[in-house]
Amino acid sequence: MLKIENLHARVEGKDILKGLTLAVNAGEVHAIMGPNGAGKSTLGNVLAGREGYEVTAGSVTFDGVDLLALEPEERAAAGVFLAFQYPVEIPGVNNTYFLRAALNAQRKARGEPELDSMQFLKLVREKLKVMRISDELLHRAVNEGFSGGEKKRNEIFQMAVLEPKLAILDETDSGLDIDALKQVAEGVNALRSPERSFLVVTHYQRLLDYIVPDFVHVLADGRIVESGDKSLALKLEAHGYAWVAEHGEPAGAGA
Amino acid sequence: MIPDNGDSTATALRGNAEVAEALGRRYAAGFVTDIETDSLPPGLSEDVIRQLSARKGEPAWMTEWRLAAYRHWLTMPAPHWAKLDIGPIDFQAISYYASPKNRPKSLEEVDPKLLETYDKLGVPLHERARLAGVAVDAVFDSVSVGTTFRKELADAGVIFCSMSEAIREYPELVRQYLGSVVPPGDNYFAALNSAVFSDGSFVFIPRGVRCPMELSTYFRINAGHTGQFERTLIVAEEGAYVSYLEGCTAPMRDENQLHAAVVELVALEKAQIKYSTVQNWYPGDEEGRGGIYNFVTKRGDCRGDDSKISWTQVETGSAITWKYPSCVLRGDRSVGEFYSVALTHHRQQADTGTKMIHLGKGTKSKIVSKGISAGRSSNSYRGLVKVEKGAEGARNYTQCDSLLIGKQCGAHTFPYMEVKNPSAIVEHEATTSKISDDQLFYCRSRGIGEEDAVSMIVDGFCKQVFRELPMEFAVEAKKLLEISLEGAVG
Repeated sequence: MLKIENLHARVEGKDILKGLTLAVNAGEVHAIMGPNGAGKSTLGNVLAGREGYEVTAGSVTFDGVDLLALEPEERAAAGVFLAFQYPVEIPGVNNTYFLRAALNAQRKARGEPELDSMQFLKLVREKLKVMRISDELLHRAVNEGFSGGEKKRNEIFQMAVLEPKLAILDETDSGLDIDALKQVAEGVNALRSPERSFLVVTHYQRLLDYIVPDFVHVLADGRIVESGDKSLALKLEAHGYAWVAEHGEPAGAGA
Repeated sequence: MIPDNGDSTATALRGNAEVAEALGRRYAAGFVTDIETDSLPPGLSEDVIRQLSARKGEPAWMTEWRLAAYRHWLTMPAPHWAKLDIGPIDFQAISYYASPKNRPKSLEEVDPKLLETYDKLGVPLHERARLAGVAVDAVFDSVSVGTTFRKELADAGVIFCSMSEAIREYPELVRQYLGSVVPPGDNYFAALNSAVFSDGSFVFIPRGVRCPMELSTYFRINAGHTGQFERTLIVAEEGAYVSYLEGCTAPMRDENQLHAAVVELVALEKAQIKYSTVQNWYPGDEEGRGGIYNFVTKRGDCRGDDSKISWTQVETGSAITWKYPSCVLRGDRSVGEFYSVALTHHRQQADTGTKMIHLGKGTKSKIVSKGISAGRSSNSYRGLVKVEKGAEGARNYTQCDSLLIGKQCGAHTFPYMEVKNPSAIVEHEATTSKISDDQLFYCRSRGIGEEDAVSMIVDGFCKQVFRELPMEFAVEAKKLLEISLEGAVG
């Protein structure tokens, strides 16, 4: 589904990704771990198409399509979703209205019929149940005045409604207490399916207790230096990232 | 789409259908109606004013009123423009009266071309397609061409007609109230307007009557080299209520045209007047050529206790906008409100805001101003909150927010406060923000294209003001902002 080959990317003139290779198949959950500054967030932003992230070499294909040639909104319509580390506030824009505009823009781009407000409301109700999110969140402006936990849950709720093929969770656990973390993880687990893949970017092993990955990769200095199953995350937890730097060999990780 | 009228802009455009289409989309109201016009030659003198007054069949007192205003105007210096860049205006080059020939006596006799014009502008006047629940007075250049729902309104005791008609039919009412809020010598443009005002609407809601429908005036400038000097007067007697809306458009032209209106509102005891404006005069092209100079004096007088006047404006058009819809809070416990969205793009300039003059005890005012600047435009909020000695317990809340799109535009806020009563509470909040790259990327990453994202963010920014507009017009206003902002990003 997602094939990243020898990806090099630069931000503000500084090389961040230096030959990252990764393949993600449908239905798989991959965790990307690594120390600060390893390029974890850069990876998510490059995949989602944020401006200012310049790809200098390598390729990314998504379902056989050159992902890097698409505009951010086209990537969304193709099925890529980025859950933001810092979700953005949009004052005065109703959360439900925003989500419906997003869903219909995607459907339109895919040549699917747009949902009217009744159909959309029905969909939202179903997803609310699964996500255990209060109705009240829907009536507020996008992320405005939301607590950290509410923001992250709102991201997962958006994901539930938009039903992407590939969801990238960028440090979704950051700033969450254990209860909020569990709720977010529950939401993500409810969305796991054989058709949907996840790229879970995190600094800490803690999140992976709740979202159990199929594969764990360690990102250091812009490359994947170690890959394994979920036990790798535990090893990291025990030994720290310095251990990888000493023992790990740069590896093209596969799935 | 561009009618054959020999206008140089139109001629140039006809050669290139694509450009015409693109421009037409940006300013859909930019067409010219090809209709025979009866107009006075350019120039301003006592003689011109007498002719104008005679053509309108006005009584002698009205002619004298105009002449007195004109004589006063001659003694006034042209205003000094605070934040506006504007060349001198040649008042002798303007025609002060333009009217479609064969002036209709009733809507049934209106030239089909005129009806078509208003259809195209989305304000159908004919019986079949009228806006449900909204009575419309249509002003074309200097005259009113028709008013809808007259009978329904008359049954309720409401007078809604053109100012010319009111001067003929209800001279006592007009004499009593005209100039009582904005005196002829109030300011340079108000004096000019008092001398040469052409038409506008007159509304009178008698004691205790709640006007059964929204009233609306649609102003259209069509003829070239003319100015439009409309005069609107709304009087709500004790306990009466009315909601009134005005809309404005003009053709695209290379020249600057002057629109200098005066609007007076009078609210007696416990009366409420809600006045909404959606202003979409031609703003000029991307380089600032052409466009309307919109110099307007709007003032409401809360003359009675417990009265309320509320101004809501959405200003997207005009090359230059200069207006400060104000409230004189004379009656005790009277309330004044001002909700404004002013959008400027390309080379547009806006200097707008309000004045709240607290005279009565326990008077309250609220100001919510949203300025949006894009392109190389300049957008200023200028407001005065004045609390006089006798205004015990007066309260004001002011909120001014500016949103910048791009790097070459400017936003300024000039709040003035004069408080002479120590029991008054005056609050002011101001913010300036930009549509951030983060917000845009967030929307786009969810599948929403860049332009849609911008209009969504702008719409959210204006929410507080749009809420105050009658429903149909809120939708209209939102669309207008979208169109006005086309090409503002990227």
